[in-house]
Amino acid sequence: MAVPSYAGRLERTWYYVFRILCGLIFFFLIAPIVIMVPLSFNVQPYFTYTTEMLTLNPEGYSLRWYQDLFSSSSWMNSIKNSLIIGVASTILATTLGTLAALGLSRSEMPAKGLIMGALISPMIVPLIISAAGMFFFYSSVGLAGTYLGVILAHAALGTPFVVITVTATLVGFDNSLVRASASLGANPARTFFKIQMPLILPGVISGGLFAFITSFDEIVIVLFVAGVDQRTIPREMWSGIREQISPTILAVATILVAFSIALLTTVELLRRRSERLRGMSPG
Amino acid sequence: MTQGDAATDPSMTDHMRDGQMVTADGTPLKASLKRAERRRKIIALLFVAPLLVFLMISFIIPIGQMMFRSVDNPQITSTLPRTLEAMEAWDGQGLPDEPVYAALAADLTIAQENRTVGQLAVRLNYEISAARGALTRTARQVSNMEAPYKEKFLDAHRLWGNPEIFQIIKREGRPLTASYYVSALDRTYDADGNIVLQNENRRIYVDLYIRTLLMSLGITFLTLLLGFPISFLMSSLPMRYANLLMIFVLLPFWTSLLVRTTAWIVLLQQQGVINELLVWAGFISSDNRLGMIHNMTGTIIAMTHILLPFMVLPLYSVMKTIPPSYVRAARSLGANPWVAFWRVYVPQTLPGIGAGAVLVFIISIGYYITPALVGGQSGQMISNLIAYHMQTSLNWGLAAALGTILLVGVLVLYWVYNKLVGADIKLG
Repeated sequence: MAVPSYAGRLERTWYYVFRILCGLIFFFLIAPIVIMVPLSFNVQPYFTYTTEMLTLNPEGYSLRWYQDLFSSSSWMNSIKNSLIIGVASTILATTLGTLAALGLSRSEMPAKGLIMGALISPMIVPLIISAAGMFFFYSSVGLAGTYLGVILAHAALGTPFVVITVTATLVGFDNSLVRASASLGANPARTFFKIQMPLILPGVISGGLFAFITSFDEIVIVLFVAGVDQRTIPREMWSGIREQISPTILAVATILVAFSIALLTTVELLRRRSERLRGMSPG
Repeated sequence: MTQGDAATDPSMTDHMRDGQMVTADGTPLKASLKRAERRRKIIALLFVAPLLVFLMISFIIPIGQMMFRSVDNPQITSTLPRTLEAMEAWDGQGLPDEPVYAALAADLTIAQENRTVGQLAVRLNYEISAARGALTRTARQVSNMEAPYKEKFLDAHRLWGNPEIFQIIKREGRPLTASYYVSALDRTYDADGNIVLQNENRRIYVDLYIRTLLMSLGITFLTLLLGFPISFLMSSLPMRYANLLMIFVLLPFWTSLLVRTTAWIVLLQQQGVINELLVWAGFISSDNRLGMIHNMTGTIIAMTHILLPFMVLPLYSVMKTIPPSYVRAARSLGANPWVAFWRVYVPQTLPGIGAGAVLVFIISIGYYITPALVGGQSGQMISNLIAYHMQTSLNWGLAAALGTILLVGVLVLYWVYNKLVGADIKLG
């Protein structure tokens, strides 16, 4: 978007003002995350930059909050819990969600709108309401305060993302491939694993990643349904912020930011691969 | 193969019988096709069934049960059946007569033995605040009481001399109640059983709903204000630069909610980065640090930041499809830049604005974590009060009523969203 040659002076000025405004908005988006990262290396237990840090004096920096984090049994336990619950609920959500998306993409599917509405309802209902409902129900069947309870709850929250991404991948799927495979003598299972699965795999994986991040980042359900033994990373951060805020939280946050950069890159690469496979231009 | 094709194809005539198409084994083609279609329908349903059943059990039924809790009212009917029967003769004016007190004594004796007095006391306490004390104290003495009971009850607690408690028992002595909704809407019953406004100092919820609505509208407006320019910029840049800038939107989007909330605490608190910077630059003195957190300002800033990507993503995907030639055409026809932008460009972005706005509004109206952590008193939203009644006051009926009202509001909004953009929610 260069300034067109016919633009007047006012328009030229506006062009630069607009770019500066946009720069400020991008700064607003990224700054909180970027500013927080160096503070996790602060020697002092403060949430602000010390003079040593600003003058880039190495004595102002340390890894003490990271040491703190890795030697704390409750933090390490929460990391373990987050991974267990995240992976288990992702597997459940991805399996059920992919199957459902395959059914939903069939043209003969009856009551499609209604079923789709029911399947994505966990994404629409406010979390506090889901958490309240699950709290009553899971307590009454003895699942509150168990790993299974939290895993089932998180899987329910993750399935809409899998359904949506896999359905989107299937929109571009050429059904004559399935017919070709069948006419060449492959049974439905073989057709699925050899023909359909490789083509929709990027969608399945990115749906799975969405489900994982949903569970990994989820706190409201954990606050209501989980017990002391199932404390996850967000749950530990929650009590860290409410009770004794220490820069250890910033160390955790920094690690999580690195983690989300890795996830973001993966999803982006998958999206491009999927579009390439479906013959769309990457973009 | 349809019937139309077959009729024009002479080679198909041996598959005709009595003017009907038949398959090789002699069944009519129509029936056979229908059966095949039904089978395919069932197969499609079988794929969806596991998830549907799973969500039914783990999600939809629990929420249904929670909603039922907002009208469920078993405590009085189950513990005071004799009293309710005896009260049928009572006209609702003044104190009831001896038989009612005698029945109450019998009910309370049994309730004390079954240890169900506690539930009853808690339930009645929602309606009148002295009920818990009156019931627990009376229930302890009731086994030693003898007729006439009316005097003994009046001695045991002054509440039994107040006709209101009997009006409440009569009104709430039904399996379903509206009283949680009455309280959730800041109403109460007067002496004649009419629903009237609560005392001014006890009106909380309607104001909180309105505040939640206003804050969500404000946040939606702010995300639009900030999201529109950058979406516009990205959609007009070459793909290479746009993708680079997209990282600024996607990185916060993928970063943990608690990390982003923590980041805002670090920035906004009294000893935080922004205040230190302002003091250092001399804009404010060290004693007048700005209170930007634990109030509404903090909630709105943090939530605008957190929800901005949800506005940018749909806006950007719509703007990318708008051909730049329309604005150029408007300019060449003599429109000035503002008119070309406002009359030609903006109307084409409306689907994106609608989708983003409804999405942000739906998410923010049910937000819990950020207001709870950075909201303080003035930044609380309705979700925080639902959580309070769930976890602290343990008035689950009221929590369910407040939640049901919120849920119905969100579902209506979602329906509007669906009408605007269809069920096509875009991710990433």
